[in-house]
Amino acid sequence: MPSLDQMLAVLLSTLGDVMPIAVILVAFQVFVIRRAVPNLGQVLAGFLYVVIGLTLFLIGLEQALFPVGRTMAGQFTDPEFLGLADGQAHHWMSYLWLYLFAFSMGFSTTIAEPALIAVAHKANALSGGTIGQQGLRIAVAIGVALGITLGVYRIVMGIPIHYFIIAAYIVVVVQTFFAPKSIVPLAYDSGGVSTSTVTVPLVAALGLGLAENIPGRNPLVDGFGLIAFACLFPIISVMTYAQLSEWRARKAMAKNAEKSKPDNEEKPQGEQ
Amino acid sequence: MKSLKNILRPLLQSSRDLAPIVLVIGFFQLMVLKEPIPNLGGLLFGLALVMLGLAFFVRGLDLGLFPLGEAMAYAFARKGSLFWLLCFAFALGFGTTAAEPALIAIADEAAAVAATGGMIIDTLESREQYALGLRLTVAVSVGCAIMIGVWRILKGWPLHLMIACGYVLVVLMTAIAPAEIIGIAYDSGGVTTSTITVPLVTALGVGLASSLKGRSPMLDGFGLIAFASLLPMIFVMAYGMLI
Repeated sequence: MPSLDQMLAVLLSTLGDVMPIAVILVAFQVFVIRRAVPNLGQVLAGFLYVVIGLTLFLIGLEQALFPVGRTMAGQFTDPEFLGLADGQAHHWMSYLWLYLFAFSMGFSTTIAEPALIAVAHKANALSGGTIGQQGLRIAVAIGVALGITLGVYRIVMGIPIHYFIIAAYIVVVVQTFFAPKSIVPLAYDSGGVSTSTVTVPLVAALGLGLAENIPGRNPLVDGFGLIAFACLFPIISVMTYAQLSEWRARKAMAKNAEKSKPDNEEKPQGEQ
Repeated sequence: MKSLKNILRPLLQSSRDLAPIVLVIGFFQLMVLKEPIPNLGGLLFGLALVMLGLAFFVRGLDLGLFPLGEAMAYAFARKGSLFWLLCFAFALGFGTTAAEPALIAIADEAAAVAATGGMIIDTLESREQYALGLRLTVAVSVGCAIMIGVWRILKGWPLHLMIACGYVLVVLMTAIAPAEIIGIAYDSGGVTTSTITVPLVTALGVGLASSLKGRSPMLDGFGLIAFASLLPMIFVMAYGMLI
């Protein structure tokens, strides 16, 4: 059980994170907008909920997930587990479990990421329900999972990071021209959103463990870069998701063409 | 009664959000590593806290962060003062990033890299200075990013062209930046967008886009975060080249 002191410390650090934001919001509200915030009481209650929620969330993470996650990242990158101890040359197959672990961890931590929940929520409301909350989050999570797996592969093989990043950029740019227009901004956003409170600490632990234990890697240079992978691949997977659902909608439309015209997702709807 | 339902439903939702993590940890620990889960009681207690926390957070988003972000966007749009809107955008980006814990951690590690790589003198003081410089660089870059993003929403410029230009710049700078800084620069884009910033910035963009004529919230409202994860890469590489 966490002690009261620990809980207070987390609460204080969360308040510290919220403070600059609150100061900026209040300053602009008072000095520039000079107009009362609509439903001030409700907004304040909302802020309180966010602070309480994040505090409990972080305490829980520190208490439960982070220690286990870090230990496991250590175990999976342990030379003994990887079969490096007997001095045999390392082969990519000996890392199969490691890749599976990286994939599942990327996926599962992204599903629990609060910032992504927020954006999926908003996108769902704005698109009039055509962008499913779960669908979007699963697409992003698959992207992060693939990204981290590839990032781990890169650390294992010692390939320079910029080859992968540049290749991914090219895919993103080409795909942008074929993806449904309305998804593109959301897809670009999803990269930055997916790497936050839950994912970053665990992924960093994995990267550092790998770079420390695999012969010939420098933890200071090779340990970085996993987050960049986790940031870039969701863009691709979200656009792919949109393309797939558009393709499915078109197929369904062709099937019952005589029926009345169904909406497809090329038509974003405003709030009002 | 209604408020109880309001709390219970997100609670159920958040338990579903956490199910994958629990499954992954359980599977790999028991089936692959073949070791018992350490401190099971603490783990379950922690999970309960995480669930509760997520439920509160989601409720708070709907009550507080989203309405506030949108209300401010509408107020700025009505006021029509471009200068103050851009100031607000910069302040929001800069202020939320400078204090970001994930960034502080990465900046310290980056200073260690720079010191061992011989880019700076290896003393505590110079390391701290380097880390602080890096943090400010990233914070300024995020401030600029939100500002550019807001400007784009006002002008209705196509996002993908701007991002593609950014990519080209990143690639070009990768070719000339010192090798040690590249990994850090690439990562710095991902760590800048925190859990509280994302909903606020999203609400700001969406609110602006829906209060302006001829802008669609889906096409124009999103995209602010994209700039916030791209610009830090460019700025950090520039920082690495200058120092």
